[in-house]
Amino acid sequence: MSDFKVTIRDHSENIQVLDLKGYLDAHTAPVLEDAFGKLLNEKKYRIIVNCKELTYISSAGLGVFMAYIEDVRANKGDIKLSDMTPKVFNIFDLLGFPMLYDIVSSEKDAATKFAEMK
Amino acid sequence: MTKLQKHTSSLVIHSQTHRLKEVREFVAEQAQLHGFKEDDINKIVIAVDEACTNIIKHGYRFAENETIEIQINRNGNEFEILITDHGKKFDPSSVAVPDMQEYLSHYHRGGLGIYLMKRIMDKVEFSFQQKTNTLRLVKYL
Repeated sequence: MSDFKVTIRDHSENIQVLDLKGYLDAHTAPVLEDAFGKLLNEKKYRIIVNCKELTYISSAGLGVFMAYIEDVRANKGDIKLSDMTPKVFNIFDLLGFPMLYDIVSSEKDAATKFAEMK
Repeated sequence: MTKLQKHTSSLVIHSQTHRLKEVREFVAEQAQLHGFKEDDINKIVIAVDEACTNIIKHGYRFAENETIEIQINRNGNEFEILITDHGKKFDPSSVAVPDMQEYLSHYHRGGLGIYLMKRIMDKVEFSFQQKTNTLRLVKYL
């Protein structure tokens, strides 16, 4: 699974960041599922997904976000995506995902938006 | 006419998701060789990834020792990708193409591969003959 890596870190007391690195496809999607599963088990629902080093995403990867977004929002949280490269954004855009997900330019912007949700 | 205007190249992989990277590299290299720009290369790559992922998941149901052949043919301005497998017969009419607004509003998951292929490619054609599924994807140069 060295083609894809997820690192979980704290952004602040109640916001966690998932740093994605590499290729997110049908082979590597379970790695991201595990990371979301871990956060939700810990009842952490304010999640920033930093896509700065995400080089590729297919619909299997996009499906992971679809699997968790409802649960996260039902618990007054959100999944906000930041620092996306144009290449990865184009795939989200082809499917109309910007309509459903908050895609922001930086982690700081994502944190500001979380603060506004209070 | 340059020699690239008639050209064939192919790759055969086992039906394993870790081989998808190899498929993407092969398709990207070929698309670049035939003169596509980066944005189109990225899109063609994802269309083929989606096709192979569907075959592995649904056609072969994750059986790992089956084969998928990806053949790329260039005929004039036509960049054709033929993807063949010997898995379960695929009936395209059995898959509803999602209305994305409805899809997103109900938090569905899966079923986006064919939608993406159709958004990206100029032609998407499925056929089944002699126990072989053939998916024909075409993008015009």
